[in-house]
Amino acid sequence: MSSVTSETNVAGGFPRLAAGLWKSAFLRKTLILVVLALVWQVSAQISAKPILFPTFTATMSALWNAILNENLLLSTWGSLSVLLKGYVLAVILALIIVSAAVANSIVREALQSLIAMFNPLPAIALLPLAMLWFGLGETSLLVVLVHAVLWPFALATLSGFDGVPETQRLVGRNYGLKGPSYVLRILIPAALPSILYGLKIGWAFAWRTLIAAELVFGVSSSSGGLGWFIFRNRNELFTDKVFAGLALVIIIGLIVEGVIFRLAERMTVRRWGMQR
Amino acid sequence: MLAPVETQPSREAVFSARNLSIAYHGDRGVVQAVEDVSFEVGEGERLVLLGPSGCGKSTILKAVAGFIKPSSGQVAVRGRPVHGPGPDRIVVFQEFDQLLPWKTVRQNVEFPLRMSRRLDKAEIRARTETALRKVGLSRAIDAYPHTLSGGMKQRAAIARALVTDADVLLMDEPFAALDALTRKQLQQDLLALAEEIGFTLLFVTHSIEEAILVGTRLHLLSAHPGRTIATFDTREFGWEQYGNRRFEKVSSEVHDLLFKPQAQAGKELAHV
Repeated sequence: MSSVTSETNVAGGFPRLAAGLWKSAFLRKTLILVVLALVWQVSAQISAKPILFPTFTATMSALWNAILNENLLLSTWGSLSVLLKGYVLAVILALIIVSAAVANSIVREALQSLIAMFNPLPAIALLPLAMLWFGLGETSLLVVLVHAVLWPFALATLSGFDGVPETQRLVGRNYGLKGPSYVLRILIPAALPSILYGLKIGWAFAWRTLIAAELVFGVSSSSGGLGWFIFRNRNELFTDKVFAGLALVIIIGLIVEGVIFRLAERMTVRRWGMQR
Repeated sequence: MLAPVETQPSREAVFSARNLSIAYHGDRGVVQAVEDVSFEVGEGERLVLLGPSGCGKSTILKAVAGFIKPSSGQVAVRGRPVHGPGPDRIVVFQEFDQLLPWKTVRQNVEFPLRMSRRLDKAEIRARTETALRKVGLSRAIDAYPHTLSGGMKQRAAIARALVTDADVLLMDEPFAALDALTRKQLQQDLLALAEEIGFTLLFVTHSIEEAILVGTRLHLLSAHPGRTIATFDTREFGWEQYGNRRFEKVSSEVHDLLFKPQAQAGKELAHV
């Protein structure tokens, strides 16, 4: 963010400085990960019980083997594609409902009550019921995923819409914007920091819900997902593979947060000076 | 000329308010913000609403913009009664965040034109560049608002109003949040633009000097509720007249009318 403002003042040396800073921030985070891996490795070697607590290197080689020999990436993609479907569905649904809530106070109160009721309800607790209604398969997972994302995302978006400055609302109305085009051209961009925050929360909820669903109930699409991989290997006491599966869950989380969301923020709210 | 004048009915009113009263519902019941205010503004005229805080001047502007509904009376633009906000009346606000932060200066200025969908892309582009050149912002055309100073933001907002074919521009204390030097510069530039383009303007301020300089006509309002005190013709005053005897006389007279209501009766008769 600050790079945009100060660029005009410090012309020549700035890009190099920024690159250096970015590099060092990146280096710092990498260093933290390396230290964590080191602690893991040493404590696992000291405990010397590979069947309960495999080392970092053993986990990584198990991960590598699983990717090569057991199509782990394919089953991960299976999980992710289900997740994406549910996520997108929930986000679109939430945007429609929240837009209606902005226009109509009865819808708003209904939405607020629904959020208060369902947001604290763990999505995974709905799975038995969903399986009863929709059977073992993707539909049940989608129902649970939509539930996991819809409420927290709607809550963040609603508070984002409420926080849009009065002047910007009036500007939109001044140019004759109404209904959907008012929401699309004024409210959504003006509330983007909150919306992105809601997307992040929703993503984290969806990911942990999906893994838990696959893990506990083994439901998934044909290939069997990442959670199913963990569950299966636990049954066979391949602890290093269980760790490999968990590591992959974490790695994907890091990539989504650190690359996709960071990039989205840099291209929008940070560039516009709406967020530091 | 310096004495309060009657509202003269002009032949072609661009916009008018007739017996405008505005009340809103506060925590302690109904508050009468504006009571029975009337004015008529012709082509190229600049009407300034001037009064202490609480006189309802911004409320009147918001009613003309169509953001709030008067409790009685009517606002009309070119004879058409106003029923809601619309791009025939473009507002310049006091707040710097009136520029949409996710759009560059150019996109902000283009925005009302693109929403009205009457012009093609090339025309919009040409108009935008002309308007930004007029307010002296050609260099910052592709900057995002958060990189601009307060004065530049207000210039961009003025360009966004100029670029449209609005019947009337509504400015709600646009310079109030600026430092003194910048404010003076923007007042000068606004006057020059008014001379050049001849737009019709409704301008709200609490500064007597600014009111006399910017306006061709002054509409003084009292506070709680906002009622018309007097109307002045100030078209003779520009920057050349700033601070001369007649200017000082008018400004002290306005000052007395606003802040010494008891002296009002005597003053009203004393033609200077």
